[in-house]
Amino acid sequence: MAAKKKKTIRMIPQARTPAHEQDPRERACNFLEVTHSYDVEQAQLEAERCLMCPDQPCVRGCPVNISIPDFIERITERDYRGAYDVITEANLLPAVCGRVCPQENQCEGVCTVGDTLEPVAIGRLERWVGDLAIKEGWSNVPYIEKNDFKVGIVGSGPAGMACAADMAKAGCDVTVFEAFHEAGGVLKYGIPDFRLPNTVVDAEIAKLEKLGIQFECNTLVGRLFSIEQMIEEMGFHAVFVGTGAGYPSFMGIPGESLNGVLSANELLTRCNLMHAREFPNYDTPMQPGKQVVVIGAGNTAMDAMRVCLRLGAEKVRCLYRRSKAEAPARAEELHHAEQEGIEFQWLASPLELLDDGKRNVRGVRCTRMTLGEPDESGRRRPVPEPGSEFEVEADMVVYAIGTNANPIIGQTSKLKLDKRGYIAADAGLATSIPGVFAGGDIVTGAATVIEAMGAGRRAARGMKAFLGLRDTDFIYQDRPAEPVATLFGIDRAEHGYARVRLPR
Amino acid sequence: MPNSTGGGGCEVVTRQDFSDVTYLLEVRHPLMAKAARPGQFVIVMPHEHGERIPLTIADFDRVKGTITLVIQAVGKTTREMQRDIKVGSRLHSLVGPMGIPSHIGQAKKVLCVGGGLGVAPIFPQARAYKESGAYVIGVVGFRNRDLMFWEDKFRACCDELIVCTDDGSAGIKGMVTEGIREAVARHPDIDECVAIGPPVMMKGCAEATRPYKIRTIVSLNPVMVDGTGMCGGCRVKIGDRVKFACVDGPDFDGHLVDFDDLMFRLQRYRATEREASERFNESCRLRGGPGHGEAEH
Repeated sequence: MAAKKKKTIRMIPQARTPAHEQDPRERACNFLEVTHSYDVEQAQLEAERCLMCPDQPCVRGCPVNISIPDFIERITERDYRGAYDVITEANLLPAVCGRVCPQENQCEGVCTVGDTLEPVAIGRLERWVGDLAIKEGWSNVPYIEKNDFKVGIVGSGPAGMACAADMAKAGCDVTVFEAFHEAGGVLKYGIPDFRLPNTVVDAEIAKLEKLGIQFECNTLVGRLFSIEQMIEEMGFHAVFVGTGAGYPSFMGIPGESLNGVLSANELLTRCNLMHAREFPNYDTPMQPGKQVVVIGAGNTAMDAMRVCLRLGAEKVRCLYRRSKAEAPARAEELHHAEQEGIEFQWLASPLELLDDGKRNVRGVRCTRMTLGEPDESGRRRPVPEPGSEFEVEADMVVYAIGTNANPIIGQTSKLKLDKRGYIAADAGLATSIPGVFAGGDIVTGAATVIEAMGAGRRAARGMKAFLGLRDTDFIYQDRPAEPVATLFGIDRAEHGYARVRLPR
Repeated sequence: MPNSTGGGGCEVVTRQDFSDVTYLLEVRHPLMAKAARPGQFVIVMPHEHGERIPLTIADFDRVKGTITLVIQAVGKTTREMQRDIKVGSRLHSLVGPMGIPSHIGQAKKVLCVGGGLGVAPIFPQARAYKESGAYVIGVVGFRNRDLMFWEDKFRACCDELIVCTDDGSAGIKGMVTEGIREAVARHPDIDECVAIGPPVMMKGCAEATRPYKIRTIVSLNPVMVDGTGMCGGCRVKIGDRVKFACVDGPDFDGHLVDFDDLMFRLQRYRATEREASERFNESCRLRGGPGHGEAEH
């Protein structure tokens, strides 16, 4: 490549290129996407803002280590297909991750440009490339040399998809099992269409199918057959468990069994996966609230609040026991929720849900909180302020305060669990049963889509080592040179790997 | 390779109508027939726009590779299934078996009580107890003689069978609680009672056995969406704990269940459900009976 003139911070476009958004008043009444994709000019302009710094902190900040400056460089060169190829080396689902990653804590949070100006909008660029790929029908199907290994993946969410993709590329026969009637996991049932349209998820799943991955829906692993049966009877050589953490938490305060009180998971599943908002064209019922209180301030809480608003709520309030600075939601989601008119009650916690006399919720009795000493998570612990009780009106109360470990796999297998009921796994995500790996929320507790995908890929690396397959990442990626790169003329990463052929 | 419901869904191989509200569907799903155990349930979604409804498995045949569901047409979905599903139809989605299987312990004398829609699901339990060597007393309740079904199946696996009808047209007159009283009077040494049916009936059974301190297991049927513990819609109060019926149950100690809470929670979506039912009536009226074109919406 011809030597390029080095860019400096003063040469690049100073302001971050804004993406078009639907007007808050308008979008609060529809389920269409809030943020539009960049157009080609906007993408070009924003791509110019990358300094191509040699340090590349963004790559380290990305849970799946996408070669971010590389793909941005391809955009500036108008080699969009090339940009897509660079991203998909590390991440099969750019259209999804570009939309739902908390970039401000990852790549964009450490961006060199961000030291002085607003960081490069890496997420929006990734999304633009991903959307373009869907539109153009690009998919990256590498040359796959089949081996005779069968791999089973339990759960079709982001962790399972990432693991499945890596194992399929390594040549294994991969089957993904999903308990719901549609694949996609949390991307389908959890994240609403205005943030991630289900059509985008389906398009990304179709690409996985092109890699030869089979999806088996309506299959509840653990109950229909166990993990042990998969290994011992069904001929799977390795299994990845990525079932997610679904078992919503409640607080145990009075009134939680009143009608009108539900988990964010229930609300979102009814609305997104089961299309309750299109009742009566779809049969699943949903009684939208007029005065809604959502407890919690994570991404799920934001989704629940904005869904309620779109279902016709007059007032949606958020109760969070800490302050805005501690809210775990993505900055953009919080900002969008505020724009749409959600009322935030920071430093407020519910004490009791009030009964209208007919077993329906009519309100929430709350207390104000103050922040005390930092707790084990490093955040300041909220403590109730005496005598600060107040009531808010509510005909629907939604809990979005996290989830516990789903018990099904634990009940039906001998997999070792940790104290909290999550699956115990080592650093390589191997579990107590040889050949069985686990990752995502069922190991770590609730986290983000991209972290689950990172876990899926890490488990795939462990799985390849377990099966004695070469890890293509080792061979083809530039890695820091080891003291002696080769031993007896063989690359160090290749040691211990012989081509094993099993009888068909 | 598990071919769960891949392709066109699960095929219905038998349909039998017991009355104008109760019907039986036998569905081919060899893997599920192999895995199913007494007390477990499935979730059925009849068509792409349908809702997911939980149904207790009424029987399974490992040789034929089928599971049997006995359904009461009470809401929009179950009535629509009654109208539309025939032998050869395919269910859009059938997933299961779900829930913790019933614990068939070492009990020597067991009372198996089924009322209304609970008559069918009590059958696999009665059979399992019989196979475990217990003395099984069956108590089944119907509104009247015409609604009775499976008497022969129960006779084959029960050492004694007490039939109760509301109007006395068959067996003894009265509810299943009458049957329980009769059984307890004859057999003071009953170790266990299993009761399945509408919440109000299970509540009655739990109260009938409480004075005798007979361990009573009930199978709960709250509103649920996924059936895998993910939505929490099915939470029930058991003593002072909150449990999810789908993954912590559906069997619970009847003497600890808060039935009033369960009954109120079953009303959660009543308004929308009623609306759906009315629309369905309207669409049936417009169609002028079965087989008269679409006019669905």
